[in-house]
Amino acid sequence: MTITVSDINKRFREHVALDNVSLEVPRGSLTALLGPSGSGKSTLLRIIAGLEVPDSGEVCIDGVDVTSWRPQRRGIGFVFQHYAAFKHMTVRNNIGFALSIRRRPKAEIRARVDELLCLVRLEGLGDRYPSQLSGGQRQRMALARALAAEPAVLLLDEPFGALDARVRAELRRSLRELHEQTEVTTVLVTHDQEEAMDVADRIAVMDHAQIRQVGPPKELYDEPSTSFVMEFFGAVNRLGDALVRPHDLKLQRTPNGMTQAASVRRLVHFGFGVRAELVQETGATLTAQLGADEADQLDLVVGDRVFVAARRERVFLEGEGI
Amino acid sequence: MAAKLGLRTVVLAYLGVVLIGPLAFVFSSAFRDGVGPVWDAVSTPDAVSALKLTLLTAAIAVPANTVFGVLTALVLTRRRFPGRSLLGALVDLPLALSPVVVGLALVLVWGQNGWFGGWAIRHGISVIFSVPGIVLATIVVSLPFVTRELVPVLRELGVEQQEAAATLGANGFQTVWRITLPAVRHGLAYGVVLTTARVIGEYGAVAVVSGDIAGQSQTMTLYVQDRFQAFDLVGAYSAAVVLALISVATVAVLRLVNRRGNP
Repeated sequence: MTITVSDINKRFREHVALDNVSLEVPRGSLTALLGPSGSGKSTLLRIIAGLEVPDSGEVCIDGVDVTSWRPQRRGIGFVFQHYAAFKHMTVRNNIGFALSIRRRPKAEIRARVDELLCLVRLEGLGDRYPSQLSGGQRQRMALARALAAEPAVLLLDEPFGALDARVRAELRRSLRELHEQTEVTTVLVTHDQEEAMDVADRIAVMDHAQIRQVGPPKELYDEPSTSFVMEFFGAVNRLGDALVRPHDLKLQRTPNGMTQAASVRRLVHFGFGVRAELVQETGATLTAQLGADEADQLDLVVGDRVFVAARRERVFLEGEGI
Repeated sequence: MAAKLGLRTVVLAYLGVVLIGPLAFVFSSAFRDGVGPVWDAVSTPDAVSALKLTLLTAAIAVPANTVFGVLTALVLTRRRFPGRSLLGALVDLPLALSPVVVGLALVLVWGQNGWFGGWAIRHGISVIFSVPGIVLATIVVSLPFVTRELVPVLRELGVEQQEAAATLGANGFQTVWRITLPAVRHGLAYGVVLTTARVIGEYGAVAVVSGDIAGQSQTMTLYVQDRFQAFDLVGAYSAAVVLALISVATVAVLRLVNRRGNP
């Protein structure tokens, strides 16, 4: 189902959480709302879910204006950062909750819950209580619970934020696979750009209550529309007025008129490449990411004098202190 | 180790002096001449009537205050509105007020010349010196317990589980019934037990409004006091034993409820 959000405004007392935000989430896509904390991304997700009411603007799901609808009517699944497990219910009853609310026959609920337990790889754990599961298992249970009633829209609020890195990577892959199987329109809130690029096919970058840019991950990385988006997507260097990615910095031993001088302060070897930390005469620092071959050719040691040029650079004319 | 033992001894000694000793004395005094006299004392028409009245009062006041307490606790924790803290303070008021003051206030409102008293009497309802007054007084003094027990556990529970239930299709009533109340059932059970204990043990407010007519408007506590003043010690101790047994049973039910169905 396509989700269309138009001209949403939301304040919490004096704090502006969303400032005239519009967004379209295409049917079947997996869209990430990405931004630093306090950028309004969770509020936007909760407004789509009906857990918050916007001050103005509207939310349409598949062309139907649902702005005034309560969450239970919207046909959504929601996954919370801290799982929101029903602690007094078994895993099986947690997952079957949406179906039992809809008064489906017991046998049907049982069959559907079995299917979901299998889908999220919790077979055999149906009779446990949430307190007897690990964090990753709880979140998988929450995912199954949200999918039980076959929602038109799946919304996830920092779903992997409370988990350790290994479990997080595993759950990202599960989510990606689930999305390919079910093709449910999915919106994921995250502050982790790597997670957004890993999981989502579209990313909306949010900052200060507004959406700054929407597009596929590659587009946001290669053609950021503002310096905020560029800086948010991976490391950047300031070279004069321009912003340059570390792997777009070219180092050479001789100056050529386009280059700037710097000295090597630290070298970090990764095997597949080398990260060189440089200091310019002005005191400004630069980070260059070199390929293994390139690094071998240069044969740098700490203290070397090098000359730096940008292969690709971007200049933003937006008066944001550049 | 010695310090631990010392602490334990202090606690037990304190409990022994202020609670266990007097209770044991009541029991031993009642049963000094065996079970016979006790049974005779508690099966007199007046004693049976007092027990019935106490149980009737509990049967009305406990459910009423449970429902009200749950609703108030939900309103206090889940809604933001002007005057919320005032409502919280109001619910606490019966804890601070002397029950005698509660009783007097009821007499002033429902008595012959009170605000509602005249209206009630014209419609053939007598409140003061009769059962409705006793129930009303008991409800007032036992008002805060369920709310007070539930407010902190509801705060700690947070709203996430309720929000999850809403996104899964549950309406407000289904959410409260299937998610919120089961999640706070231990706190609720404790609140109900405290309410029951207070209802059964209430003396002051009831004494003011009831008129204390034996066989008619005398609850168990009033009956105990009545027997004591009439120098019928066996009668007083026997009735006290019945009251104590009801309290013990209430606490036992709480233990049972809390042990079942964990986690």
